[in-house]
Amino acid sequence: MADITKSRTDTPTLWVERVHPAVWALGLVMLFMPAFANGFWLFQVFGWTFILGMIALSLMFLAGYGGMVSLIQMTVAALGGYGVAILGPSGVAQISLGLPWWLYVPLAIAIAALFATLVGALAVRTEGIYTIMITLAMASAFFYFTRQNYGIFNGYSGFNLVVPPQLFGVDWRQPVPFYYLTLGCAALAYAAVVYVARSPFGLALQGTRDNPRRMAALGFNVTAHRIAAYTFAGAIAAVGGILLVWQNAQIAPGTAGLPAVFDILVIAVVGGLRRPSGAFVGAFIYVLLRTFSPDVLTAFGLSNERFKMLIGFGFLAMVVFSPDGVLGLWDRWRARAGRRDPLTGKERG
Amino acid sequence: MQRYIQRNPVWSAVLALLLAVLLWLVLAPWSQGMEDVLGRKRVFLNAVFSGITLGALYFLVASGFTLIFGLMRNVNLAHGSLYLLGGYIGFEVSEATGSWLLAFPVVFVLIAVLGLLLQHQVFRRMEGQELRQTMVTIGLSVVLADVMLWIWGGQSYTIFLPDWLSGPMTLPIISGTGRGGEVVYLKFPMVRMAILFAAIVIGVAMWLVLNRTRLGMLIRAGVDDRDMLTATGIRIQYVFLAVFCFGAGMAGIAGIVGGSFQSLSPGEDTRFLLASLVVVIVGGMGSIPGAAIGALIIGLAEQIGLVYAPTYSVVFTFLIMAVVLAFRPQGLLGR
Repeated sequence: MADITKSRTDTPTLWVERVHPAVWALGLVMLFMPAFANGFWLFQVFGWTFILGMIALSLMFLAGYGGMVSLIQMTVAALGGYGVAILGPSGVAQISLGLPWWLYVPLAIAIAALFATLVGALAVRTEGIYTIMITLAMASAFFYFTRQNYGIFNGYSGFNLVVPPQLFGVDWRQPVPFYYLTLGCAALAYAAVVYVARSPFGLALQGTRDNPRRMAALGFNVTAHRIAAYTFAGAIAAVGGILLVWQNAQIAPGTAGLPAVFDILVIAVVGGLRRPSGAFVGAFIYVLLRTFSPDVLTAFGLSNERFKMLIGFGFLAMVVFSPDGVLGLWDRWRARAGRRDPLTGKERG
Repeated sequence: MQRYIQRNPVWSAVLALLLAVLLWLVLAPWSQGMEDVLGRKRVFLNAVFSGITLGALYFLVASGFTLIFGLMRNVNLAHGSLYLLGGYIGFEVSEATGSWLLAFPVVFVLIAVLGLLLQHQVFRRMEGQELRQTMVTIGLSVVLADVMLWIWGGQSYTIFLPDWLSGPMTLPIISGTGRGGEVVYLKFPMVRMAILFAAIVIGVAMWLVLNRTRLGMLIRAGVDDRDMLTATGIRIQYVFLAVFCFGAGMAGIAGIVGGSFQSLSPGEDTRFLLASLVVVIVGGMGSIPGAAIGALIIGLAEQIGLVYAPTYSVVFTFLIMAVVLAFRPQGLLGR
């Protein structure tokens, strides 16, 4: 009832005005990035950021809205990549089926989402740290399986020469097209997560996160909501995985090895698990570290292979000092700044 | 045991039958028809015994993991790193001193002190925040893996055994018949039998400590209801320290054992982390007998799978875990 009276008194605002100006600025910068960034930045830094961001976004959706920290997301992404390599054309002609792109891309996403659903169906039987353990065990089982299996996954060497299809006469592995491809996919995934989080399904999912027993008493099927969340997150991760394969042009068991699995968790946690934008912030930080830490380490006289230690220590520091990630730091800084009076600089009462 | 038989007569009968079939397969000489279907008996026996000894090694790694988990609700994902670190240090010690046995106490103490520091300095600060603790252990495993790669490089190491442990020993089990019809007995590496023996001794000792001493009583009480135990005035932090120390030390010792009859290389930490995870999920979290049964099942499945279906042996492990999760989410002996 209160809402009706409120809407009558308030002047209606356009949705354009409700978005923060900084977001518009960021969107414009992203859109016109190719005008002032070179190919390396577009392809290697931003392309990779958007891809890892999408995979981390799927983890953020499960962990932030569903309360399920799943370490299977990188594996689902890798399965999507393997799906493209196996169903579509690749350098390993005796395994790859070479289907047309409009068939193998949806099929790869569907297979990966189905796999995520199955894993979810097993994982939702457990809670909290048990979920981590079980998804981690399944992720490493997938890694060892792809390494042993030569019939389908081509074992240790994996697949090479997996490139995106030449659609509309554009080579999608060129920096500018690839930048827009990943930007578009990432934006779609972001919008989908934001939309689903506000839909009845997303609200019910957040309800099961906060109090599963009460939601069950209200008549919601908690298990089904959780499994559906795995399916949705799996589809997003699969798109990220396909783009990752197209970027590297190859896929091997190491793509879904435990270091990669942990990296996705690191990205999501460093960015912050509360909001979808955290995944991309974390991915950007990770990619910057990954790309430029060798130079920094060499400058300090260390071997440039020690970047993993740097990332590990960064993650440790983040978990110890700010469990809700960079965005949490930002929120707290804003809250502290907001309490100060802008004129006198003293804290408000 | 008796209660279980009374409650589940059908399952007990099935289990007893399976056990009897396995025993008969191991002990009885195989007929020609059976060898045609199942392959050579020697191959089967080797797979079974390798599986049991691998299970013994898994038990050594997983027992500490399951105790730490059961008591502190801390999934120590750096457990595999402690295993590998113990192996490397054991290698250095046995190379430097020439004594294989000396490596065990040294490694146990060093890794236990590392565990002590971790529990006291890191995990204690975030008690009750299980997810955060788990993430810290992930960060630690990333850092430790890179430190070990830095120090010991990418090549693989094997710890040399003393003379009295190398070479085969003959077991009183018939593996087949020779050309002249004489009975051939199974030959099996001495070191693996020693590992099996050691694992059984350690397992029994742990069971005795847990069930017959005051410390064991505290640990069991802590696994069941930590808050209530604290409320009775027990200084639970000391119990935590003791258990973390012991679990870490066991992982280190298992590293020497694993480095002696297999090898040590950078991927091994995740391999044994996976093994501990699966063993603990299958056996039940926080239960030592559960870890023993889980380790035995996983070791057997892995080795028998490796012999009879090489490309799918990982899938067997995974299937066992999935089946257990589907029908008994708390693990075989979990509560």
